Amino acid sequence: MNTTLDTVFESPAQQDSPLRRSARTFMRNRSAVVAVGVVLLFVLIAIFAPWIAPHDPNETDLLLRLQPPVWMEGGDWSYLLGCDGLGRDLLSRIIYGSRVSIFIGTAVVVLATGVGIVAGLMAGYLRGWVDTVISRLVDILLAFPYLLFAIGLMAMMGPGLQNIILALAYKEWVIPCRLVRGETLALREVEYVEAARAVGASSAYIMGREILPNILSPVIVVSTIRMAHVIILEASLSFLGIGVQPPTASWGSLVADGRSFIMDAWWISTFSGFAILALVLAINVASQGLRDAFDPRLQE
Amino acid sequence: MSDPILSVQGLVKHYEKDRSAVERLLGKPRMVVHAVNKVDLDVGRGETLGLIGESGCGKSTLGRTVLRLHEPTAGTIRFDGADITTLEPKALMLLRSRMQIVFQDPYASLNPRKTVREIVGMPLLIQGMKDTAQRDDRVHAMLRRVGLRDDQFGRYPHQFSGGQRQRIGIARALISHPELVVCDEPVSALDVSIKAQILELLSELKSELGLTYLFISHDIAVVAHLADRIAVMYLGEIVEVGPAREVMQAPRHPYTRALMSAVPRVEALGRRQRIVLKGDLPSPINPPSGCKFHTRCPAAMPRCATQAPTALSMNADATHLAACLLYDASARASGAPEAGTAAARFSQKEPS
Amino acid sequence: MMGADSPAATVPSQAAVASRAGGGDVILRLRGLSTSFSTHDGVVKAVQDVDLDVMRGECLGIVGESGSGKSVTFASVMGLIKPPGRITSGSVLFDGVELTTLAPPAMRALRGKRMAMTMQDALTALNPSMTVETQLCEVILAHDDEVVKLPRRQRMTQARARAVEMMALVGIPSPQSRLREYPHQFSGGMRQRIMIAIALACKPQLLIADEPTTALDVTIQAQVLELIADLRASLGMSVVLITHDLGVVAEQCDRVVVMYAGQVMESGPTAEVIAHPRHPYTRGLLASMPRLEDPTAPIRPIQGMVPSLINFPSQCRFYSRCDRRQDACLANIGLRQHPDGRATRCLFPETAP
Repeated sequence: MNTTLDTVFESPAQQDSPLRRSARTFMRNRSAVVAVGVVLLFVLIAIFAPWIAPHDPNETDLLLRLQPPVWMEGGDWSYLLGCDGLGRDLLSRIIYGSRVSIFIGTAVVVLATGVGIVAGLMAGYLRGWVDTVISRLVDILLAFPYLLFAIGLMAMMGPGLQNIILALAYKEWVIPCRLVRGETLALREVEYVEAARAVGASSAYIMGREILPNILSPVIVVSTIRMAHVIILEASLSFLGIGVQPPTASWGSLVADGRSFIMDAWWISTFSGFAILALVLAINVASQGLRDAFDPRLQE
Repeated sequence: MSDPILSVQGLVKHYEKDRSAVERLLGKPRMVVHAVNKVDLDVGRGETLGLIGESGCGKSTLGRTVLRLHEPTAGTIRFDGADITTLEPKALMLLRSRMQIVFQDPYASLNPRKTVREIVGMPLLIQGMKDTAQRDDRVHAMLRRVGLRDDQFGRYPHQFSGGQRQRIGIARALISHPELVVCDEPVSALDVSIKAQILELLSELKSELGLTYLFISHDIAVVAHLADRIAVMYLGEIVEVGPAREVMQAPRHPYTRALMSAVPRVEALGRRQRIVLKGDLPSPINPPSGCKFHTRCPAAMPRCATQAPTALSMNADATHLAACLLYDASARASGAPEAGTAAARFSQKEPS
Repeated sequence: MMGADSPAATVPSQAAVASRAGGGDVILRLRGLSTSFSTHDGVVKAVQDVDLDVMRGECLGIVGESGSGKSVTFASVMGLIKPPGRITSGSVLFDGVELTTLAPPAMRALRGKRMAMTMQDALTALNPSMTVETQLCEVILAHDDEVVKLPRRQRMTQARARAVEMMALVGIPSPQSRLREYPHQFSGGMRQRIMIAIALACKPQLLIADEPTTALDVTIQAQVLELIADLRASLGMSVVLITHDLGVVAEQCDRVVVMYAGQVMESGPTAEVIAHPRHPYTRGLLASMPRLEDPTAPIRPIQGMVPSLINFPSQCRFYSRCDRRQDACLANIGLRQHPDGRATRCLFPETAP
C-alpha cells in the first residue's frame, strides 16, 4: 500500500486548523484589526478606570459647575472635558461609564448566548414538542418591542444592575436561539452526524461535540453585533432614568444629564454620545471582519 | 438462506412530508414518500451483497433503515438472529459496534472541526473506552492500516484529498471491529484512478477482518467486481436478486436487462443496440399501480398495471429470484396471447 | 450565450476564411494552449501546452479526472476564462478564425451561434428564475439569422416556434405546454436535454458537451447519449464529449484525447487507444477499471494522487505515480506525434502493437 507519495505535492497553505485559518484571514483586514484595537482600548480603560481617571467621578464641586473643556474659554487642564451640572469631572465620569456599558453589554450577551445556544440546540436537534414549545416562546418574545419590554420588566423588578442585565437578557436570548436552531436543523442530517448516531452516540454528545463546534462561527459573529445593540439599549434605559441609578455614571445617563444644558454646556451630552458612537462603531466593524474571517469562501 | 447475518422481512419505510397547520385544515391529502416497500432480503455471513439501482430507488434508505439509523415503518429486521426492529436504544447501543456504515460523501462524512484521531477514536469513546492512550493505540494502528502516515493523525479533514478522507471514513467504520458493514456508495464521489485504490482497500480489509458487506452503488461495474450476490431495486422494491454472475450475464427482469444494457462498456467500441427506456422515473410519492415498472417496461402487459408481481424463482435452487409477471405462469395463462407476444418481443431485445 | 451586439459584429464569413491555414477537415485546432490561474499561493498551470484537433463531423472524447484541465481547456476555447485566470499562450483556430485574439463582440457573435457548450450541472447552468421559453428564445433572438431579420413583431412568435421545434427535437414531451415551466420543474435528464436544445438552437458547427451525463442515472444517461449521437448524425455537427467515463468514450467517440494534470498525455483513434494504450497513465487507468465483460478480473489501482499544480516544475506530471519512471522524465516532455495518427507525451511509451 504505497501512499507515501500521497502528500508529496501538498499545498503549504492547508496546514492549519480551521481556527487558525480564520485568524489569518481576519488579520488581513486592516480596518477590522484597528476596530478590535479600539474595542480593546475601551476594555482596558474600563478595567483600569480607577488608575486612569483623573478624578473621583462622583466628587462634586459646585464651584466647577458647567466648566467648559480645556480648549475653551474658562477651561482647565485638570478637567480636560469640562464638568457637568454638579461640578463632576466629565472625563472621569465617561471613563467610569465605560465600565457600566461594557460590563452590562458583555454580561447580557454572554448570558443570552448561553441560554440561546442550549435552547436552540435542543429545539433544532430534538424537534417534537421541545421544538414547538421553544419556538412558540421565541415567537411570543419577538413580538414585543424591545425597549418597551425592558421598561416593563424594570418597572416590575425595580432598579439595579442585576435587574438591568436580566431585563435585557430576557429578550436577547431569542436571537442566538433562532440562529442556532436554524443551523442545527441544517446540520442534523449531515453525514458526520449520522456517523455519530450510527456509533450509538447520545443526543447530548451529538449536540455538544458534533454540532455545536460547527455552528459557533455565526453565533460568535451575531453575538458581537448584538453587543453593540445591547450597549445602546442600556444607554437608552439609563437615558430614560430606569437604568443605572445615580450617582453611578452610565453613558446614557450622562447624555440625559446634559440634555437640559444642551445649548450652553453642550459638551456633556456630546462627548458621552461620542463614547457610545465610538465603541459601537468599533464593535460593528470588528464583527464585520469576524464574519468575513469565518466565511469559507473568503478563506483563500 | 440458513443463518444469515442480516435478515429483513417485509421492510417498509415511508416518509411523510410535513404539512402545515393550514394545509391540514384544508384537508389536503398526506404526501407520503414510499422509499422502501415490503423488502425481503437476506445477507449471508462473509458475503458481499451488492445493492444496485438508480437514484430514488430507495437503496440508501434501505441501507440506513437496516442499521436503524432510520426507524422502519413496518416489517422486521433480524441481526444475527435477534429481532432488532423495535429494540430500545440501550440494547441497540450494544449492537451498534457490530454493524457499521461507510458513507458516500468524503466531504460531509467527517466533522471539519475534529482531528482525524478524534474522528476515528469517537466510536471507541462512545462505546466506553475512556483511556486515551489505549484508544490512541487502536486508532493509530487502524489509520496506518488504511494507509495514512503517522504525521497525518493530528490533522483536520480539509487537509486531505477525497480518497484519503474515504480511507479515514473506512477506518472509523472498522475501528470497533464490526461484523456487518453497509457501504453506501463508498467510491461514487471519487476520481476514477482513486476508486480502484479504495476498492482494493475494502477488499483486503474484508478478508483480513472477516467482514460482511452490504455494498450499495449505482455503478454497476464496481458492484459486479466485488459482489457475490446482487439485488436490484426499483422504486423501493427489489425486482431481482441472485448470484452476481447470473444477474449480470443472464438478467431476467426487464429493468435489470435495461440497466445492464445501458451501462457504457469500454470494450464496446462503437455504438451498439441497447434497450433505451422511455420516460422518466416516476415519483416515489405517487408510484404506479401494479408492477411499479410497468410505465417504462418494454414488455409490459395489460395485467402489469393492476397486479403486483411476487418474487419467483428463476433457477432450480431458488437462489435467483425475479419479480415479474412475465414469469408468472398463471398470469401468462390468463393473458395468453399478449403474454406470449410480450415475452417474445422482449427476448428479441437482448443486449449485444 | 447572451445576445450579440449589432449584426455588424465582425465574424469573418466562411468564404473569407476558407483560404486560411487550418485545412478544410479540421474545425477546431488547438496548438500549445496554456491557461494559468494566479492564486494566493502561487501560479496554477491548469492547462499546459495542449495540442488537439477536432475534425468536421467527428465526435472527439476528452477523458480526464478532476484536475486534468479538460473543462478549463474548453472554457478557454469558448473565451470564458476570467481573471485571475488567463490564456498565457497558444492558439485556438476555429474554422480558420484565431479565437485568442478575437475582440469580445466578435467572440460573442461566434459563441452560441457556431460553437456552443453545455455544462455538467444543468440546474446551476440554467437560470432558475427564468422560464425555459425565455432562455431558449434568448439564444434564438440573439443568433438565429432568419429570426433576426424579421420585423420586431414577428420576431417573438417565430422565436417561440423555433423553441418548440427544439424542445421536440430533443425529445421533451408536450413541448408547447412545458415551455412556460421553470428548470426546477424538470427532472435531471430533461434539464440536460433543455441545455442541449439551447446549445443547438442555432445549429452550431461544434457542440462542446462538458460531462453531459455524469450527474445522471445510467438509464437516463443512455437516453441523452443516444440523443446527442442522433443529432450529430442529422445535423452533421462536430461534438467534443468531455467525460471521465472511458466507457462512454468507447461507445460514442471516434477519437479520444487523454488528459492528466493539465496536459494531453495521449491521443488517437478510440479503438486503438483503448486496445493498445501507449501512455502509462492510460494503461493504468484501463487496468484499474472493473469491466463488465469480466467483472471478477483483478484490478490494479494507480498508486498515489494527482499532484498539486501550484508552481509545478517542468517535468512529467505523471512522474509521481508512474511505475516506469526514470531520471530522464524529470525534464520537460513534449507531445510526440506518431506516424499512425496517435500522439503520446512519454519518453518510454508502450510500443507493442
